[in-house]
Amino acid sequence: MRRYFGRKLLIYILTFFLAVTIDWLIPRFMPGNPVQTMLSRAALRAEAVEVMYGYYTRAFGLDVPIWQQYLNFWNALFHGDLGTSVYMFPQPVTKVIMRAVPYDIFLLLPAILLSWYAGNHFGAFAARTKWLDNTILPVGYILTATPYMWLGILLAWVFGIVLGVFPIAGAYSFALRPHLSWTFIRSVLHHWFLPFASLFLVMFGGWAIGMRNMIIYELEADYSHYLEALGAPRRLVRKYAFRNAILPQITGLALQLGVIAAGALVTEVVFSYPGIGYLILAAIQNQDYFLIQGCFLFIIIGVLLANFAIDIAYVIVDPRTRLGMTGEAA
Amino acid sequence: MRKSVFSLMSLFVVLSLVLAACAPAATPTPEVIKETVEVPVEVTVEVPVEVTPEVVAYERSETLYVSGAAWGPPSDWNPFITWSKANTTGTIGLVYETLFMYDPLTDELIPWLAESGEWTDANTYDLKLREGITWSDGQPLTAADVVFTFELGQKYAALWFSPTWNYLDSVTAIGDYDVQFNFTDPLYQEWASNLYNIPIVPKHLWEGRTEEEVTAGANENPVGSGAYLYESHAEDRNVWVRNEDWWATSLLGLKPAPKRIVDMRFASNNVALGAVIKGEVDLSNNFLPGIATLSEKGYVQTYFAEAPYMLSANTAVLFLNTTKPPMDDPDFRRAVAFAINTGDIVNVAYANLVKAADPTGLLPSLAKYVDQAVVDELGFSYDPDEAKAILAAAGYVDVDGDGFVEAPDGSKIELEVTCPFGWTDWMEAIKVIANSAQDAGINIQDKTPDYGAWDTALTTGTFDMTLNNWAGMSNTPWTLYNLLFNHPIRDVMGSGNFGRYDNQQMFDLVDQLAATPSTDEAGMKAICSQIQELMLTEMPVIPLWYNGLWAQYSNAVWTNWPSEAENIPSRLPCTWSGYWQMGGLLTLTELEPVPPSE
Repeated sequence: MRRYFGRKLLIYILTFFLAVTIDWLIPRFMPGNPVQTMLSRAALRAEAVEVMYGYYTRAFGLDVPIWQQYLNFWNALFHGDLGTSVYMFPQPVTKVIMRAVPYDIFLLLPAILLSWYAGNHFGAFAARTKWLDNTILPVGYILTATPYMWLGILLAWVFGIVLGVFPIAGAYSFALRPHLSWTFIRSVLHHWFLPFASLFLVMFGGWAIGMRNMIIYELEADYSHYLEALGAPRRLVRKYAFRNAILPQITGLALQLGVIAAGALVTEVVFSYPGIGYLILAAIQNQDYFLIQGCFLFIIIGVLLANFAIDIAYVIVDPRTRLGMTGEAA
Repeated sequence: MRKSVFSLMSLFVVLSLVLAACAPAATPTPEVIKETVEVPVEVTVEVPVEVTPEVVAYERSETLYVSGAAWGPPSDWNPFITWSKANTTGTIGLVYETLFMYDPLTDELIPWLAESGEWTDANTYDLKLREGITWSDGQPLTAADVVFTFELGQKYAALWFSPTWNYLDSVTAIGDYDVQFNFTDPLYQEWASNLYNIPIVPKHLWEGRTEEEVTAGANENPVGSGAYLYESHAEDRNVWVRNEDWWATSLLGLKPAPKRIVDMRFASNNVALGAVIKGEVDLSNNFLPGIATLSEKGYVQTYFAEAPYMLSANTAVLFLNTTKPPMDDPDFRRAVAFAINTGDIVNVAYANLVKAADPTGLLPSLAKYVDQAVVDELGFSYDPDEAKAILAAAGYVDVDGDGFVEAPDGSKIELEVTCPFGWTDWMEAIKVIANSAQDAGINIQDKTPDYGAWDTALTTGTFDMTLNNWAGMSNTPWTLYNLLFNHPIRDVMGSGNFGRYDNQQMFDLVDQLAATPSTDEAGMKAICSQIQELMLTEMPVIPLWYNGLWAQYSNAVWTNWPSEAENIPSRLPCTWSGYWQMGGLLTLTELEPVPPSE
């Protein structure tokens, strides 16, 4: 067991190192120069631009050779410093991300967990139930094939504008300041509902379809037929099939949870929700090296942690993994 | 290092708390003032949270909701950081004020912090400040603050107005309210624009700051002299609350109607449009295609009731890269000018939300500098036959029969016209440019690189043809000419003349204009006329249309919005960066609340 996790850990560390290096490299391969871009936007006099260009290049540490920048980056990273955002100068990247992440968690965690739970159970229930298979699953297919963007705009249009029952922008009313009161909490939930619903619906469709297909496969397996032949009740057969079918879904869930830090870009843009997804888009558009690095660093950490969690979860849910480990090093 | 900074900061917090507790007591002793100076403003943000009860819900009838100005989440309140000022546009205009305001619609410099200002001789500018202006912390605004602000530009080259010191020799306070500026060969035109663009900051709060704090500090909880105070912010909003002790209320009888301004940032245009339709935005400065329909149906009001609906804010100019053949040939450039179907850009790409530009490129607000005789003789308009005739006369003929002309030396002509990807209106516009040029026999294709790639190509001069509109509304035609004919030619052209048009005669004219006193209108006109003649003969740039001052407003909560109609204030209804002092703030003072219906 220790050897198994030891090896895993080494792989994770190597992956982290490589992924972070790539994360550092990619924005620098993008065409363009962030300092020049930001300055030319300010449309200043030529003399001012030249001086300021030098000043800001130094301020962002972009004036030293590229290898030096790379070393400085690791050095700062170990000190918990992700640099200063270019596009939101002079805000530190860590602060920018920390302000956005709570919204993502608040939006995505319930959407992912609830849709996973509901989708799997519904999928398992619907499989091989003729009228459900014929009526509701096609709806699931439609839902999962729906682009978030489109569903989001549709929901915003119908509930936000035509019916006017939900707000269409922001994380809480533009007429409020965050404080502890029912008014504020209600406002937060009210603004949260539509983005949540659009994410929930699409993901629900995906989980339900996946589970339905998986459980049909399991119900065709020998052990299911054997159980049926023994005269086991339908519920029992389904229970065993469900336990087997859920494994790939757990992987899917963990990976989804891992990228929570990436936010839900499209949903956040459609509903103008201040999470990290929109931040990433803006960072890339503005070539904000440091913000891009910071956002992706969180994603890398999230994915690695999720994978680690899968490793552990498998040991718990799937006895075969446990047996494999004691028998032969996995 | 971090830890020690932190403990130092907490010390300051305690200190500022103590100070805040003492502050209302009596006239502060000199020691106390000295202490206040030491407190970095980043820290003082803690203070109001502790002492004043927060207002947590804003009354709709007292609040103005605006959108379309903020490019990004609020990141600083430092009036000297130019590149993120578009994230919090109110920093200059609502909090920090300028010596003058400028009204482009009447072409008038409006005395603001200054009561008056004039050139007493060719090298001396005398400024008189209003008496009785106070900072929002109660300290008086005096000549010392003005001198201090200008001298920051002398000390720190990284401040945008620092180049003013190339011709400014000294700034002297004479008494408390008079300031004298001494120059050598002043650039009068630029000076006039400085007067309404340089924000004056309080000396007593800024003089203790380090260079880094001045040029790159976030300056949270700013203390200015303006009509509004910082109240709060979040990723998607800036909230300003009215300064009830604003000097202009007692001195000029002006009072902005909204108690609060909530400046909202929407992640996409469809959200902005939805908010406009729902009446959640009182003033939207977003570009919303199709607003004409909403305006006609009465959902929103615009400055003009009919096309082009919007005032013109800046000129979209097609830069031709004059270092590349065949764009080094003035005949070819003129042919391109005649080949572009600007009418289609206006009608189709913009659905009539914009106006075709004058061939000189000068905005309607500067129309008096257009020499109509020159335009009548040399101006261009969409005329494919004329384009073909110019091409044929200059030796551009279709040799290989592919429908496109070849250069006189027989080489193929394949050009690209670009704009950044995602700028949907411009993407449509360059399609029209490419198509109409192709119809006239010039092979131009439209390409939309990423902003970064586009910007690099623009500033390093590797593009063929591209759109640009970086000269906004201003008090002088020099602003446009400084963009079009920026010189000398350098490796990186970061702020103009992207096509690297190299003509000393033109550069001399632009320099001459810059050194002409703004009061000498006849002199300015004479030089402008020469510039226009040269520009229209050589055609290094092609002015195409005026981008609008996008503004749509709702009359649900606030009325008396700017409009062309008579007896209604004509101001720029605009919250963009730099536009507060060009009419945006005065618009607020003229708004009227709608009485609540029964």
